[in-house]
Amino acid sequence: MVSTPVTSRPKAAAAEPARPVTGHARRLDRKGRTRLSFAARFRRDRVMLLLVMPGFLYFVVFHWLPIPGNIIAFEDYQPYLGFVDSVWVGLDNFAVAFSDPAFWYALRNTLVIMVMQLVLFFPVPIALALLLNSIMSPKLKKFVQSVIYLPHFLGWVIIVSLFTQILGPTGLIPNFLDSLGMGRISPMTDPATFPLLVTVQTIWKDAGWGTIMFLAALASIDDSLYEAAAIDGAGPWRRTWAVTIPGIMPIVILLLILNLGTALSVGFEQIILQRNNVGAQAGEVLDTYVYFHGIVDGQWGTSAAVGLVKGIVGLFLVLGANKVAHMFGQDGVYSREH
Amino acid sequence: MGSTPVSTESTTVVRLGRQRARDYRARTRPVWMEKPSFAMQGLKGLVLLLVCVAVIYPFLVVIGTSLSTQQEIAANNGFVLIPMHPTLEAYRTILSGGIVTEALFRSIGITLVGTALSVTLTVMMAYGLSRRIMGGNFFLMTALLTMLFSPGIIPTFLVVKELGLLGTFAALILPTALSAFNLIIIRSFFMNVPSELVEAARLDGAGDIRILWNVMLPLSKAVIAVIGLFYAVGYWNMFFNAMLYVDSDKWPLAMVLRQYVLLGSSIDANTGAEIAAPSQAIQMAVVVISLVPILSVYPFLQKYFTKGVLTGAVKG
Repeated sequence: MVSTPVTSRPKAAAAEPARPVTGHARRLDRKGRTRLSFAARFRRDRVMLLLVMPGFLYFVVFHWLPIPGNIIAFEDYQPYLGFVDSVWVGLDNFAVAFSDPAFWYALRNTLVIMVMQLVLFFPVPIALALLLNSIMSPKLKKFVQSVIYLPHFLGWVIIVSLFTQILGPTGLIPNFLDSLGMGRISPMTDPATFPLLVTVQTIWKDAGWGTIMFLAALASIDDSLYEAAAIDGAGPWRRTWAVTIPGIMPIVILLLILNLGTALSVGFEQIILQRNNVGAQAGEVLDTYVYFHGIVDGQWGTSAAVGLVKGIVGLFLVLGANKVAHMFGQDGVYSREH
Repeated sequence: MGSTPVSTESTTVVRLGRQRARDYRARTRPVWMEKPSFAMQGLKGLVLLLVCVAVIYPFLVVIGTSLSTQQEIAANNGFVLIPMHPTLEAYRTILSGGIVTEALFRSIGITLVGTALSVTLTVMMAYGLSRRIMGGNFFLMTALLTMLFSPGIIPTFLVVKELGLLGTFAALILPTALSAFNLIIIRSFFMNVPSELVEAARLDGAGDIRILWNVMLPLSKAVIAVIGLFYAVGYWNMFFNAMLYVDSDKWPLAMVLRQYVLLGSSIDANTGAEIAAPSQAIQMAVVVISLVPILSVYPFLQKYFTKGVLTGAVKG
């Protein structure tokens, strides 16, 4: 973005009267570009800086300030003593956590749910987008899109309530199967199928919303490619395989990698709402472990240690995923400038 | 962003033309494209129908049940799609004061105040960062990097506690007041505003604030509305902050909903305040009340989703 030429401000000109200035005091940097002095830039930007400050403060206080607080993972933290005076215990908290079977359950469940989400959830929006893309009538397409985007905007409490009505112990589908004489199933309270249940709920909530990115990628494929393929004798399936799939591949890879990066946070709200239905052994994930052991039971040090392990592994997944994204020639998680 | 060619929207005219061409192409099958077989069309229709039913059906069941009498629910094995004797009894019960009514007003208040605050701060910061300013990259990175990591539940809890926010309404709003994702969406919109407009305003003597108010905001109403919806939905559905930071006297609707509906399915509320399990119609009425605000703004804003989300996500 080109910085806007500065308007004349007499005060700034008066600061360095020796130079022929049209606006601010100017000097040249090594590459010969005009460069404003620090004070002049501050004067020019002061309103903008003022606008940025509240938001900047928010991010510092609620996202950066807590980071040093992770020090309590290495302390026998007592709230009345504070960060500084609590006793330093080194890696003891980690040892305690790693010898706790509940931690390993939580880790296992987190990984199982993460893999299930990646394998079962990820292809659904792609398939839906391909299907929608093949619909000719714009009206029908718009209608279906409106319907399938909707669940994204419901909170997990609402969604779990809806699922309880349909799949709960006395829910619609169990009642129906029971009346057919097929026996009573109980998907909401069965520990064995809990990861599947969680994945199905995620699909219901976000598969429709997930089509947005793929639909945009599909729309950006050049029509003449399809035409050329058709003239060469390729049928609809062949065209999908040879034109459509390669066309959306970059965004598929990018999103897959990005999902991998944030996959360790497997829906805290969703799971904590249903954890007690299936028992802690099947329903605990790393985030709920941290919540119950730390905030509920007051084992600050141990739970902070588990949180730290999760945070560091998550960060490495993100950075690794970003690296792979760069290797695929993508911009990765963000691009610095336009 | 290199490999995904999304138009930079040079002028409105070009965009409209392109849109019209796309609509035309969409309606008329190109000569080279064969008409799909009858079976194929039927299959597609069936899949779309199933998808739509899977989304809509739970809503219908919940609304139907909330309008039924207890006898009818019992007679129908727990669920009523179309009540024979519709009654608003359940709504009358929960809206005549008490926990749900209080939580409803609380949630409305939190959503209004929170959304106003979030949108204002996001727009201010996005505008400030939309131009090359002193330390701009530093401020931008401070925000963007927060998308890559979470400082952890416990340390964040302790910061909220040290700030003296525990048990206050501020704890429900402030810890999640801004989202870096929404920030870059609005920022990239501001950056796409033609610089000629800004120049013209500046020559007319407009300052930075005036340019924001009279040039930027009118041009980006749609995207701000979508961002406002994202924030509002977040506050309305808020659950995490409420569970962590406040007691039951400040619970928003989502927490009460959990208590009412999921209590029956043996979820313990480790926050105290035990209530006897309410009737099914009342449970469903609470669900419906939580749904109404979302369902009522959704149709007006959904046409902007693609535009808003894509500008942020693809253009970064």
